[in-house]
Amino acid sequence: MMRHLISAADLTRDDAVLILDTAEEMARVADRPIKKLPTLRGRTICNLFFEDSTRTRISFEAAEKRLSADVINFAAKGSSVSKGESLKDTAQTLEAMGVDAVVIRHSASGAPFRLATSGWIDAPVINAGDGTHQHPTQALLDAFTMRRRLVGRDAGLGRDLAGKRITLVGDVLHSRVARSNVDLLHTLGAEVTLVAPPTLVPVGVESWPCEVSYDLDSVLPKSDAVMMLRVQRERMNAAFFPTEREYSRRYGLDGDRMAKMPEHAIVMHPGPMVRGMEITAEVADSDRCTVVEQVANGVSVRMAVLYLLLGGSEPAVTPATTRIEEK
Amino acid sequence: MSKILIRGAKVLGGEPQDVLIDGETIAEVGTGLSAEGATVIEAEGQVLLPGLVDLHTHLREPGREDSETVLTGTRAAASGGYTAVFAMANTHPVADTAGVVEQVYRLGKEAGYCDVQPIGAVTVGLEGKKLAELGAMHDSAAGVTVFSDDGKCVDDAVIMRRALEYVKAFDGVVAQHAQEPRLTEGAQMNEGVVSAELGLGGWPAVAEESIIARDVLLAEHVGSRVHICHLSTAGSVEIVRWAKSRGIDVTAEVTPHHLLLTDELVRTYNPVYKVNPPLRTEQDVHALRAALADGTIDIVATDHAPHPHEDKDCEWAAAAMGMVGLETALSVVQQTMVETGLLDWAGVADRMSFAPARIGRATGHGRPVSAGEPANLVLVDPAYRGTVDPADFASRSRNTPYEGRELPGRVTHTFLRGRATVMDGKLA
Repeated sequence: MMRHLISAADLTRDDAVLILDTAEEMARVADRPIKKLPTLRGRTICNLFFEDSTRTRISFEAAEKRLSADVINFAAKGSSVSKGESLKDTAQTLEAMGVDAVVIRHSASGAPFRLATSGWIDAPVINAGDGTHQHPTQALLDAFTMRRRLVGRDAGLGRDLAGKRITLVGDVLHSRVARSNVDLLHTLGAEVTLVAPPTLVPVGVESWPCEVSYDLDSVLPKSDAVMMLRVQRERMNAAFFPTEREYSRRYGLDGDRMAKMPEHAIVMHPGPMVRGMEITAEVADSDRCTVVEQVANGVSVRMAVLYLLLGGSEPAVTPATTRIEEK
Repeated sequence: MSKILIRGAKVLGGEPQDVLIDGETIAEVGTGLSAEGATVIEAEGQVLLPGLVDLHTHLREPGREDSETVLTGTRAAASGGYTAVFAMANTHPVADTAGVVEQVYRLGKEAGYCDVQPIGAVTVGLEGKKLAELGAMHDSAAGVTVFSDDGKCVDDAVIMRRALEYVKAFDGVVAQHAQEPRLTEGAQMNEGVVSAELGLGGWPAVAEESIIARDVLLAEHVGSRVHICHLSTAGSVEIVRWAKSRGIDVTAEVTPHHLLLTDELVRTYNPVYKVNPPLRTEQDVHALRAALADGTIDIVATDHAPHPHEDKDCEWAAAAMGMVGLETALSVVQQTMVETGLLDWAGVADRMSFAPARIGRATGHGRPVSAGEPANLVLVDPAYRGTVDPADFASRSRNTPYEGRELPGRVTHTFLRGRATVMDGKLA
């Protein structure tokens, strides 16, 4: 395993499958009456959030606590970007306090990379979302959810997503989720198609390992999973598309469109959902929508990442599995 | 007055000759020269050029003396072989009045390392709304001839038109920082494959090209001359080429870093590569080199932009834009233009001395190396190879992209009106 987790693109196929398999073991802990492992006892992990994200922070915090780590939550209200020195100074303060890992969320693309490579700290860095760049644990939890649903919970162990056709719909331009998913899903053998209005497709996308379409209806019948991306409200006033209604008509997922998908296909969303625009209530509340599962899976995947990155030499789950002993 | 005899230097890269400096001027150029009492510099294998002229330097004084001062900036300039620099107007306060430009001019005189010609702001406070007192700055002791809001684009077409028209009264030139502001909102690097991957806001080539296209047409319409700062795209080159072919009085500059570095380097997220305009693609670099070689781009200008360490030792989005360049410019030009066979040393003299002096109307600079001319000269050892160590810089700031990189060439001597400002590679 690598020392840091900055980008989904850094993961090899074997790394990614190892994380997903480890996450399956971690998921079993959630079924226990006492949802706690002693694995990271005595380790201190700091959740360094320069950008608000209650959902992701709580998910990491739950994962850390289930592994018995000591948790420090650092929320930097407002932006550090106007005070360039604050990331470095904060990091060095944490280093001096002896943290064993830093989970960082930052509005600036590349901030976790800088933190990991600039020599400011020694601890492993886990990217919990940076600007419009990457959100690798989101991609891992999405892949974990797809593998469970499309390959099978136990049948999926050791396997990737070869041959699965995944469609991502919406604001690709500003989406770290899209970037992370394209990288990871490609590594795992899936065929990815991005669907968005041309204004929300980045210039340079032609180098990405995926297809691009502007026509959602033509892509749906051949999709095993359709992941709706969040459209931020401010985009609606920035000339990326004419109106909310028009966006919804062309790129929203409603019952009629869902009916065009194969029967086994699932609907995903990283949340929070803008109901009525990106996705109708009918779709969001259907059995095919995995939003709630994704949240639960996020904790398992983050437990797996923390365990593997912090180099736990002890088995993560007792009794030990052969795979983890081999690691 | 002291005499200096430079023996056996290749004048403009040509045949070895001797050059005798007597006082402030060149007394004689020939072979087998001798002069009693003269300090003799054996310059075999070295190239003698007219002192370099930088049309685009940020000296930061007044206001950001933690980054650079006129003294430290001109020491850096002398180290890089420059005898004259044009100091950009985006200081604090902005150089938009006769008082500020005279202050900068006076500080340059006091420093004594190279002539400092202040550039005046086009608009008050660089705000793009109201013309600054261009005439007063020209009539001041500083004698301003170049006007620029550099760092910002004069994006209002009417203001740009008026500025172009107004400076005709005293043969001034408007130097435009071509950056359409709406197209570059939130932009942090060249828009393309790398920006898409890194999730950094894209800075499209068309944001530069659309302004250049507009401004050459405005210059043609009002019959004025316009200078385009730091061209960075192949498309910009094409527009300038077209404008020149049409007879429009446009000149253009390219920075050394745009001749060498590409946006691939941004993958490191190291803010030392964050610059305005951004580093572009390999294709753009080749187009810029070719344009400099064929004269479409008239000059090399450093856009020397010093920043203190803390302004770069941070995440990409928070970092200041710009890099220092005075002390490495000639080496980069040697590597990218001379050693590639695109330009000979006479061409370098043209692009880095004659032409920038001509565009900026810098008297006494960019003159031929011949008897009777001011002894503003630089001696270069082109065979030298060395690794760039920012600790050696005379500039107060160290934000160079070349740290640890091997670059060719070394300025061994710089003379400002016959006085050595650099002697044997060290500041005099």
